[in-house]
Amino acid sequence: MLLIPCPYCGKRDEHEFTYAREGHIARPTNGEQLTDAEWAQYLFMRKNPKGVHYERWMHAKGCRRYFNVARDTVTHEIYAVYEMGQPAPVIERENGR
Amino acid sequence: MVETYQRRSALAHLGLVARAASSSTAGAGVIMSEVPHRTIVNVRGTASDVAFSSAVQTATGLALPSAANTVSNGGVWQIVWLGPNEWWITGPDGEAESLIEALRANFAGQHAIACDVSESRAIIALKGAKARDVLMRGVSLDLHPRAFRVGQCAQTGLSRANVLLHLVDDTPTFEIYVLKSFSDYLWQWLEKVAADFNLAVEA
Repeated sequence: MLLIPCPYCGKRDEHEFTYAREGHIARPTNGEQLTDAEWAQYLFMRKNPKGVHYERWMHAKGCRRYFNVARDTVTHEIYAVYEMGQPAPVIERENGR
Repeated sequence: MVETYQRRSALAHLGLVARAASSSTAGAGVIMSEVPHRTIVNVRGTASDVAFSSAVQTATGLALPSAANTVSNGGVWQIVWLGPNEWWITGPDGEAESLIEALRANFAGQHAIACDVSESRAIIALKGAKARDVLMRGVSLDLHPRAFRVGQCAQTGLSRANVLLHLVDDTPTFEIYVLKSFSDYLWQWLEKVAADFNLAVEA
């Protein structure tokens, strides 16, 4: 079970949150000019890293706000929590997994 | 507005008044009651905008709670923190319309909203020396008096229902705001747990 620090409410149990998949995916502004392959890239293709993953969570049972989390998919360590719209922080990890 | 003579609170079907009459609160570890028909007005706006915060203060006489998960308390109204740009203003029954009118007049030209949500929630009051022990069976929060103090609130899950907990005083008295459709379930769940701690019902 994760203890997720909501940027608004503070540390709460994982069951209060819903996972909202990978973050920082910008919708193309020129949708009508994209090829099917490029559109599919935006719609379906997601990172699946072994290590730091930048993802979104929503505090469903609390303040109902979305926010970004940088989480290690190996250790579940949460490196950073930051508000929507902020740039992804660069995470330096010790063991370089 | 529901016609007063037809109006029933969410837990009226449980006959709590009759149960309270035959229930003694002496020596009870936990006392449960329903708080019926409280006005709840949902307010959203930009906390850092002075025009917005002073608009709320003019209408209620209360400052917006500055810290997360806290409640500011006044004579008539209370302001409950829900999120970084969302609050509930709670108060006596029948005052919603005049409050909203005052708020909307003050909000003119702002990106802000006031909306009556009084009928959405039922409120269960849980008090007594063992109130924390009851809640601890269904809440993942740290409810120790050092961590969850009087005047604090939190939205969380209680058993299978989403609730807002407010610690009103250090009896301790908790007020539990729950969606009306979950209120019967939550009352029964609380009653089942509280049976271990010598439960009494109050009207």
